[in-house]
Amino acid sequence: MSAEVTTGKKTLITPFNVVVGIILFLGLIVTYLRFTKGLAGVTNLSDNNPWGLWISFDLLCGVALAAGGYTTSAACYVFGLKRYHTAVRPAILTAFLGYSLVVLALHYDVGRPWRLPYPFFVQSGPTSVLFEVGLCVFLYLITLFIEWVPAALEWLGIKKPRDVIIRMTLALTIFGVVLSTMHQSSLGALYLIAPSKLHPLWYSAYLPIFFFVSSIAAGLSMVIFEGTLSHHYLHDKMDATYRSEHDGVVLGFAKAAAVVLMGYFCIKIVGLALDNNWSYLFTGYGAWYLLEILGFVLLPAILYAIGVRERKLNLIKWTSVLTVLGIVLNRFNVSLVAFNWQLAPVDRYFPSWMEIALSLFIVTVGLLIFRFISTYMPIFYEEEKFREHASVELHEHPVKPHPQTFGH
Amino acid sequence: MEHTFYTLHDFLVFTKGSAYYLMGAVILVLLGFWLFITGRDEEKFIK
Repeated sequence: MSAEVTTGKKTLITPFNVVVGIILFLGLIVTYLRFTKGLAGVTNLSDNNPWGLWISFDLLCGVALAAGGYTTSAACYVFGLKRYHTAVRPAILTAFLGYSLVVLALHYDVGRPWRLPYPFFVQSGPTSVLFEVGLCVFLYLITLFIEWVPAALEWLGIKKPRDVIIRMTLALTIFGVVLSTMHQSSLGALYLIAPSKLHPLWYSAYLPIFFFVSSIAAGLSMVIFEGTLSHHYLHDKMDATYRSEHDGVVLGFAKAAAVVLMGYFCIKIVGLALDNNWSYLFTGYGAWYLLEILGFVLLPAILYAIGVRERKLNLIKWTSVLTVLGIVLNRFNVSLVAFNWQLAPVDRYFPSWMEIALSLFIVTVGLLIFRFISTYMPIFYEEEKFREHASVELHEHPVKPHPQTFGH
Repeated sequence: MEHTFYTLHDFLVFTKGSAYYLMGAVILVLLGFWLFITGRDEEKFIK
């Protein structure tokens, strides 16, 4: 929007702005209703289904799809793959916004949101998996904020604090990877408490491993997907280095995603064998399960492989969409579709339109903030003031300074 | 009275046995998959 206003080529009344305006308007109404009439006033939650769409989509999907932050920074700083350096800052921004919106959504979903800090500062429950998830998300959000701050400081032209944070990059990355490993898997572990409620095809003692491995594929795919959208809509905000390295990032991440997805598919099959759940495959739920693991896990793995082998970037980009949808489908299946599967249809949960509107509202807010930050701050390009400084820091690119100046 | 009574031991022997077979297949699948992905990389490298 800001770019449109600046250039003066377009009016504010565009289809995008109208749709965004409607979603924001509805979201604000639902926000008012949520905090005046309570959860019962806006949701279809019940004692049978105390966790609904806001947990399934905003939290489970939000955390999984924000995994691009730790996968990209781990690839670049821990594994030393510096050719992916240009992807780090957009990925960190996406992750930071993703986790921020997860916490925002929790304020709607928790009955008394002002008590969210209680488990950490007032009465902790360290034996609870949920406590571990909460603590990890809390600490990782702070870590992501610190990792993102250099972009804001460069935008403001503040050099010294920015340089201090830059020196902490490796430590922050390792801390972030450890925290992500813990809470991505623990989100799956949350459902270990409900073996009688979750359908056997989705319930497994290996749920934490499934959640963690699938989050890596989600993160890699989100970096490709987000990069594709950014290339389309924020092309003018990117410098030549970012543009030239983009295809290499897409191919490299697609190769990694193909291997991870194939590995994920294999451990899902082994999980089936260990629980001897083969007979369930021939039921209605079985067909749905097969659709998930064949259509949204095995198929993307093969498509990614073909895309990498044949250098078909468009195929890879569409496959990233398929993978992201697959991860969303998996989290929905575990937390909604296959949860309480034995209940009568009348007792099953389906979200109200206000729950859906609020989820759309939160995603839209995230998109707008991403667009604002990417437009004004050095996310896809390098601030001129820090360019010379960067060329000294980045030993890998002594001739062509790197656009991302945080890190080594 | 010819009904077979399966024990937990029977269950574990069966499921773990099938899992071991699957893991062997997984190694071969992943190896073949990796060779498929990187096949053209090698051609490019040789040229």
